[in-house]
Amino acid sequence: MEFDTIAAISTPVGEGAIAIVRLSGEQAFSIADTLYKGKKRVQEADSHTIQYGHIVDPETAETVEEVMVSVLQAPRTFTREDIIEINCHGGLVSVNRVLDLVLSAGARLAEPGEFTKRAFLNGRIDLSQAEGVMDLIRAKTDKAMHAAVKQVEGRFSERVRRLRRELLETVAHVEVNIDYPEFDAESVTLDNLKRHTSHVRDEVKQLLSTAKQGKILREGLGTAIIGRPNVGKSSLMNSLIHENRAIVTDIPGTTRDVLEEYVNIRGVPLRLIDTAGIRDTEDIVEKIGVERSRKALQEAELILLVLNSAEALSVEDEALFKAIHGLNAVILLNKTDLDKKIDEDRVRELASGRPVIAASLLKDEGIDELEQAVSSLFFEEGIEGSDLSYISNARHVGLLNQTRQTLEDALEAVEMGVPVDMIQIDITRAWEMLGEIIGENVHDGLIDQLFSQFCLGK
Amino acid sequence: MNYEGGTYDVIVIGAGHAGVEAGLAAARSGSKTLMLTLNLDAVAFMPCNPSVGGPAKGIVVRELDALGGEMAKNIDKTHIQMKMLNTGKGPAVRALRAQADKFMYQHEMKNTIEEQENLTLRQGLVEKLIVEDDVCKGVVTNTGAEYTSSTVVITTGTYLRGKIILGELAYESGPNNMQPSVQLSHELKALGFDLVRFKTGTPPRVNGNSIDYSKTEIQPGDDQPRAFSYETTKFITDQLPCWLTYTGEATHQIINDNLSRSPMYSGMIEGTGPRYCPSIEDKIVRFNDKPKHQIFLEPEGRNTTEVYVQGLSTSLPEDVQFKILQSIPGLENVKMMRPGYAIEYDAMVPTQLWPTLETKKVENLFTAGQINGTSGYEEAAGQGLMAGMNASLKAQGKEPVILDRSDAYIGVMIDDLVTKGTNEPYRLLTSRAEYRLLLRHDNADLRLTEIGYQAGMIEQERYDRFLSKKEAIEQEKQRMRKATIQPGPELEKMLTSKNSSLITEAVTAMHLLKRPELGYDDIFPLTGFTSRVTPDIAEQVEIQTKYEGYISKQLDQVNKMKKMEMKKIPENLDYSVISGIATEARQKLTEVKPLSVGQASRVSGVNPADISILLVYLEQGKLARVGEA
Repeated sequence: MEFDTIAAISTPVGEGAIAIVRLSGEQAFSIADTLYKGKKRVQEADSHTIQYGHIVDPETAETVEEVMVSVLQAPRTFTREDIIEINCHGGLVSVNRVLDLVLSAGARLAEPGEFTKRAFLNGRIDLSQAEGVMDLIRAKTDKAMHAAVKQVEGRFSERVRRLRRELLETVAHVEVNIDYPEFDAESVTLDNLKRHTSHVRDEVKQLLSTAKQGKILREGLGTAIIGRPNVGKSSLMNSLIHENRAIVTDIPGTTRDVLEEYVNIRGVPLRLIDTAGIRDTEDIVEKIGVERSRKALQEAELILLVLNSAEALSVEDEALFKAIHGLNAVILLNKTDLDKKIDEDRVRELASGRPVIAASLLKDEGIDELEQAVSSLFFEEGIEGSDLSYISNARHVGLLNQTRQTLEDALEAVEMGVPVDMIQIDITRAWEMLGEIIGENVHDGLIDQLFSQFCLGK
Repeated sequence: MNYEGGTYDVIVIGAGHAGVEAGLAAARSGSKTLMLTLNLDAVAFMPCNPSVGGPAKGIVVRELDALGGEMAKNIDKTHIQMKMLNTGKGPAVRALRAQADKFMYQHEMKNTIEEQENLTLRQGLVEKLIVEDDVCKGVVTNTGAEYTSSTVVITTGTYLRGKIILGELAYESGPNNMQPSVQLSHELKALGFDLVRFKTGTPPRVNGNSIDYSKTEIQPGDDQPRAFSYETTKFITDQLPCWLTYTGEATHQIINDNLSRSPMYSGMIEGTGPRYCPSIEDKIVRFNDKPKHQIFLEPEGRNTTEVYVQGLSTSLPEDVQFKILQSIPGLENVKMMRPGYAIEYDAMVPTQLWPTLETKKVENLFTAGQINGTSGYEEAAGQGLMAGMNASLKAQGKEPVILDRSDAYIGVMIDDLVTKGTNEPYRLLTSRAEYRLLLRHDNADLRLTEIGYQAGMIEQERYDRFLSKKEAIEQEKQRMRKATIQPGPELEKMLTSKNSSLITEAVTAMHLLKRPELGYDDIFPLTGFTSRVTPDIAEQVEIQTKYEGYISKQLDQVNKMKKMEMKKIPENLDYSVISGIATEARQKLTEVKPLSVGQASRVSGVNPADISILLVYLEQGKLARVGEA
């Protein structure tokens, strides 16, 4: 609806050292205050000033970003509404995180051109620009609708639909108890309500974790190639880069002073960490070796451990296995073109279920198997790539977060002994929010459900 | 030969549940009013179930009372039992339901109308509307009387081209073999209105003396005296019970065997029936895995043995109805007094109405009740009052009253009807209201008395009482907010007895009241107050405190909605000149002619992008006008 509080990243994505998350609307200040910690609360700051502070995740109390916040009070602003601009320095990852937090706190992701539209509606832009704004709204919406149609076929929306159905059946059951108190439908017990609500809540949580995978698609899966010197790390990296089209090259990390390279492995973008380090080790050899690898894997989400199959397992190898204990990893037994000396059974034991691939990077063997292993690791939950791009949508993440919160509220109310018809208000709200994700939000759906699920009437 | 019948401010056609409220509202708000009905013995007649209220509907009755209507007072005087429903749930969904003595109900209502100042009740069948240049100026009856008026309200219920269907038999008739209104239906068509054919039904009635009640379960009223009206002080204590029995396999077999004789399935019935009021044959076919269905036996009054068989609405042939009845435990030897039947009738497509219930096509013509596609006495009465009041205000040249979705269930219903229309007879359900926590049974007076007073429907004395109640609630809340309760044995004892967690520091009474397990009466003795407020004030304080979080959440949503409601759309906006609005939305908006952007957003087929474009267009128009000035 109009005039709720909207938010978006208002600087071009992936470029520039500073990115800005902008909020506009009545609740811009109060939303900002739930996340921003500085000397003053935003609501107490003078208008048209810039404040220094931090964005803190209210749930985990973790500091997400160091920021400058511009506080602009209505009406002397671009939209003539209260505006907050959060200036982030930490690059793509943290600016996205700030946006996610803002959306979870109650802002809605702005539609294309919406800031401009508001500026117009609030009388900030003159008449001659009106037509242009309308065209913009229509054009972008049509495009979004086409995309939506495509996405409706996806498994994600199928899953959301299933969750909505579960909520709807629960809600309809509560409703029938209310509207037909003497009807012989069994009453919804709090247990029943709790079971369905927490089941959906858990599923939403899981969807949110797959949303993380969506984010990976946007930002790349941090990948460390580790191993002793001379096992073939560099060759592995080169063949990955060589075989696959690099998505982005030479992105300067904003917090790390190292180079990163992106490669696309069967739809999974890998952000290779510390590629410079790997290159260096070939020259600097022994000295840095294991220690440097350890450092790289601290920030990695996927580890490619390279072993030399022509040598016996060394102490260092064992140490590396220890270091990657419990992490996502693929083990590569390189140099199969030479005589095998490594104890493969021991390797498999140490890998404890993680894939072990035999390869000869020199002869270009085993790369296919490696790629296969990486992609199945990533898509282990059977979610197709086309869906992932959908969940990565920040609007959906925001709505899912709000849905989860609303369901938590409902569960809390169950514990407190709040009457069932009130708990149901939150459940219905969750149902509506899930509907917003897939563009189904017809309130009459509930009434249809009531009459198809129960035999009612005089 | 026509003759001059007289001149009135408002004429109401029909005296059913919509008609009586319309007539009374018009007269009470100061308009000289004529009520015409084709049968004076059918004033406020209940052709179907002898009951008033229930979830959502019961709240409508309370709303009617707060607005100065009559239904609440009338049922308070004439019921045979009353019950509060949903007492185990939250305050938002509690509702009263009464079983009526349907004969007393009629007599009482007729007498109230007869005694009402400004109101003339007359028997007469209206056959023609006097319409000049799309403005309604009066009516003509079949006896040739020409009545002129500023405004006209049509409340003809199921009488419009009514047709009763009973097994293989079908004939033109109003409900219960009353005379149908045929000519008026043609008249409305001729004026260019779109009509739809709807259907509803009623069950057979049986003689209570022939029921073996020992095979049924008793369903008594509440022990505690109840009343719909905030004004009622005399309570009926002598109540009659209802009884519950069930259909069984034998019943279902009879129905299945005779489906071919059912007009529902033979194609004889064309009208669309309501899903929430299915016939028994419909229930058996659609839910054939359900082994039994509830049957409530409800007395039709105190001075009759006739009993309404709720749950058995049917249009199966009379002989099959006999067999069905006799297959039900307790009814083995029952004597049927009247068979059930289905009735088809014409109804207006309600999107042809403004939210005031005035028709868009013909000025000064209003419609209310079942003619607008609804079902139920309470739904009819709610519209009747609003149409009567607005017809009266219009006759007096005053601004109309429109209730929105956060004001009342009546507002929800009318907004649904005029914005979305309906493809089956419309019934109010609590699930239709998005702000039902605000639309409670207990606060109807707080929501609506002011509106009724402004329209002249609430007398000064009652209004003053209302204002002091409001004041008392605020004061008591204030008092509870200030009262500190110290921890100690007394508090500990109370908390323990209520299974409530103990406290170690002093708290306010308000703070304790927020706990779901504690009520005003538990906390009051600990406050040290010497004076106690009345139970209705205590109830308000308790509800408003306990559910404050939920209530304020809903109020936030309401405020959002109101902003959009305040963005007005000119009545005759030409949607065809607004580029960018999708074709379907354009058609719908042209048909519905929403009065605000909020209403436009609820029109089916209109999506958020269309609303954005509409907003931009409206803003553009405003700027253009400024430019011209």
